Amino acid sequence: MIDIALSAKQLNVHYGEKHAVHDVSLDFAEKEVTALIGPSGCGKSTFLRSLNRMNDLIPSCRVTGDIWLKDQNINGSDTDVVALRKNIGMVWQRPNPFHKSIYENIAFGPRYHGVKNKKQLDEIVEQSLRKAAIWEETKDRLHKSALALSGGQQQRLCIARTIAVKPDVILMDEPASALDPISTSKIEELISELKQDYSIVIVTHNMHQAARVSDKTAFFLNGHVVEYDKTETIFTNPTNQRTNDYITGRFG
Amino acid sequence: MKKSNDREVATPHLAEEWVGKVYTFICILFLIITIFSMVYFVASKGLSTFIVNGVNVKDLLTGLKWKPDGEPPMFGALPFIFGSFSTSILAAIIAAPLGFCAAVFMVELSPKIGRTFMQPVIELLAGIPSVVYGFVGLSVIVPLFRDLFPGQGVGIAAGSLVLAFMILPTITTIATDALASLPAGLKEGSYALGATRWQTIYRIVLPTTLPAQMTGIVLGIARAFGEALAVQMVIGNAPHIPNSLFESTSTLTSAITLSMGNTAMGSVQNNALWSLALILMLMTFVFVFIIRWLEGRKKL
Repeated sequence: MIDIALSAKQLNVHYGEKHAVHDVSLDFAEKEVTALIGPSGCGKSTFLRSLNRMNDLIPSCRVTGDIWLKDQNINGSDTDVVALRKNIGMVWQRPNPFHKSIYENIAFGPRYHGVKNKKQLDEIVEQSLRKAAIWEETKDRLHKSALALSGGQQQRLCIARTIAVKPDVILMDEPASALDPISTSKIEELISELKQDYSIVIVTHNMHQAARVSDKTAFFLNGHVVEYDKTETIFTNPTNQRTNDYITGRFG
Repeated sequence: MKKSNDREVATPHLAEEWVGKVYTFICILFLIITIFSMVYFVASKGLSTFIVNGVNVKDLLTGLKWKPDGEPPMFGALPFIFGSFSTSILAAIIAAPLGFCAAVFMVELSPKIGRTFMQPVIELLAGIPSVVYGFVGLSVIVPLFRDLFPGQGVGIAAGSLVLAFMILPTITTIATDALASLPAGLKEGSYALGATRWQTIYRIVLPTTLPAQMTGIVLGIARAFGEALAVQMVIGNAPHIPNSLFESTSTLTSAITLSMGNTAMGSVQNNALWSLALILMLMTFVFVFIIRWLEGRKKL
C-alpha cells in the first residue's frame, strides 16, 4: 500500500472563459516522482500551479474541485494558503533567486516561519544547500549575492530555498528547461536524490527527462489527462493511441 | 545595366538619409549650445560676485546675514541654503512613504482602481501649476498652522508640506513603475515559500526596488529644491535661519524671485543673486549625478 501525499479530485481550472483543465483526478504517491507531460498549452502547468494555490494570484482564474493534502482539502476558501504553501513548495522554469545573498535566500523562508536563532538558521542553510548539492560550490561565498551564480546553480539554490521550509511536496515547473545539458543532468540527479525525503511533481517538456527521473507519468492533452500510469508502462506500452503518438514524436 | 538601375533607386534614399542626419545633428547642436551657454552665463555672472566685486566665497556660503543694501553690504547665503535643503528634504520625508504606499496599492493591491482612477488623479496632481499649490498653501495651510502653532504659520513646515504635495506625483509614478517592473518570478518565489503578502512586499519588493525608489525620491528632492513660486508664497521670506519650523525663513529660489526685480544688472546685489542661482544649478548637477549613480545600481 503506497501512501498518497497529494491528490486532486475532479479539478477544473477556468481562465475567464477558457476551460484550461477538465476534471483532472490524480493521486501523487508519497516519496515518488510524478511527471506531467504533454504538448504546450495542454494545461499541465496550470494544473501544477493549482496544487499550491498559486493560481489565486491570477484574478481571472477559477479553480474548482478538491485537492487533498493528507486528510485535508486545501482547495477551500477557508484554507490558510500561507500555511499550505509552506507544505507544498515550488520551483519554476526560470531560476528566481531573490536579490539577496545566498545565505539570505535560504534563510528567508525559515525566518518567516519563526526561526530566529542564528545557530539554527546557519544549520538550516547548510543542510538545505547540502541536500540541493550546491554546498561545496557556495560555502565560501554564502554572503555574496545569489545573482552572481550561474543559471544551473541558481536553480539548485531555488531548490535549496524550497527545501529550507521543509515541505512535504515539491512542485517543479520545467525546472531544467532554461539550463544547459550539464546543469540539467545535475538537476535530474538531484531530483532522484530528493525523492528519498519528498514527494515531487514535475512538469516537463522533455520526454527523456520524464523517463529518466519519474516513477509515474501523466500524459495531458487539451486539459484532460489521457493516461496515467507507471513511467515504464507509459513509455514502453501505453494503452492509449494518442499517448503512443505523442511519445513516439508524431505530434507535440 | 542592372547595377546602374540599383544606383538610381538608391540615390533618393541616400539624400533622405543625409537630410535626416543633418537635421538631427542641427537639433542636437542647438541643444548643446543652449545648455553650455546657460551654464556659462550663470557661472560667469555668479562668479563675478567673487572676482569683480571681491566678495569672499566663504563669507557667502557660511555667512548668516543677508543685507545687500547695508553699509557695507553683506551677502551671507547660509540661511537660504539651509532653507532650501531643509524644506526639500522634509518634503521628501513626508512624500516618500505616501508615494511608496500609494504605489503598492496601485500595483499590488488593486491594479484595477490603480489604473482607472489613481493614475489619472496623480497625473492631474502633477499638472496643477505651482502657483495654485502656493495659493492653496497660503489660504489653507498657513492659517491652519497659525492657529495650531506659535508664529505666523509661514515657514519651513508650511513650505515642506506644500512641496510634499507637489513632488508626490513624481515619487508615486516612479515607485509604481519600479514595482510594476519587478520580475514576476520573485513575488511568486516568495509566496511559494509561505510568505504573506505583507512579508513579500516588505522583504522582497521593497529591497529589490530600493535603488529605483531612491531615484524617485532624489528626483522629488531635486524638483522641490528648484521650486520657487509656491515656496515663496508660504515661507515668509525672512533672510535668517529660523528657530522653529513655524518661523519665517527663505530659500535660495525664494530669495532670487523676491529680489530680482529690484536690483540693477551688473551691480553687486544683482551678481549676488546670480551666485545663488549658481549654487542652485550646481546642486542640480549633484542630484543628476546621484540619480545616474542610482540608475547604474539598478541593473544589479
